[in-house]
Amino acid sequence: MDTPSQSRFQLAATPFDVAALRAQLLDDRVGGFTSFEGWVRNHNDGRRVRGLHYQAYEDLALREGERVLDEALARFDIIDARCVHRMGELAIGELAVWVGVSAAHRDAAFAACRFVIDEIKARVPIWKQERYLEGDSGWLHPRPR
Amino acid sequence: MSAVATVLYFASLRDAAGVASEQVPVGGDLAGLYERLRARHGFALARDRLRVAVDGEFAPWEQAVVAGSEIAFIPPVSGG
Repeated sequence: MDTPSQSRFQLAATPFDVAALRAQLLDDRVGGFTSFEGWVRNHNDGRRVRGLHYQAYEDLALREGERVLDEALARFDIIDARCVHRMGELAIGELAVWVGVSAAHRDAAFAACRFVIDEIKARVPIWKQERYLEGDSGWLHPRPR
Repeated sequence: MSAVATVLYFASLRDAAGVASEQVPVGGDLAGLYERLRARHGFALARDRLRVAVDGEFAPWEQAVVAGSEIAFIPPVSGG
């Protein structure tokens, strides 16, 4: 495995360039590429959302995020993977999280991409506060899957 | 100078505490520390819903609270 020139998992305070991330995953060995984009939607649990605020415990988020990506590379027959998660205030429609995976074949690319987004959501200390149309806001603290 | 540790709060814990961090006296374990702080700040979340980290790594609740450490109580996460 080539050593990445930068971390596979990143936190971003501003909008980031998906094309540049995708380019990092291109390689002559790659026969399949999958990605996931999590966008800010305008509703959740029956309430009308007007925006999100993300907060992280950065030190541990970066370590745990990197561990998730390392596990994906160890568990699945893939060539490389990346994930970027936004922080701060996001409006409806903005990109909150991006995952990309490259593999020789599609089965591993699909499975690993799903693994990464599921584990990032479950394990990495990042919190979402919903801003509602009625003016109030609330932090999400979901029960385990 | 008394021996203290630094506690970090996130998300709803930060809102309830009204501060992002504070210094606490050392002694006892992490579980006991959370219960004392929960009583003081009125945290809605029971300990069994949280994880805890010390100096940027997950830690067991029975670990001692030692001077100079940074303790983060981790409410259920909601990234993505």
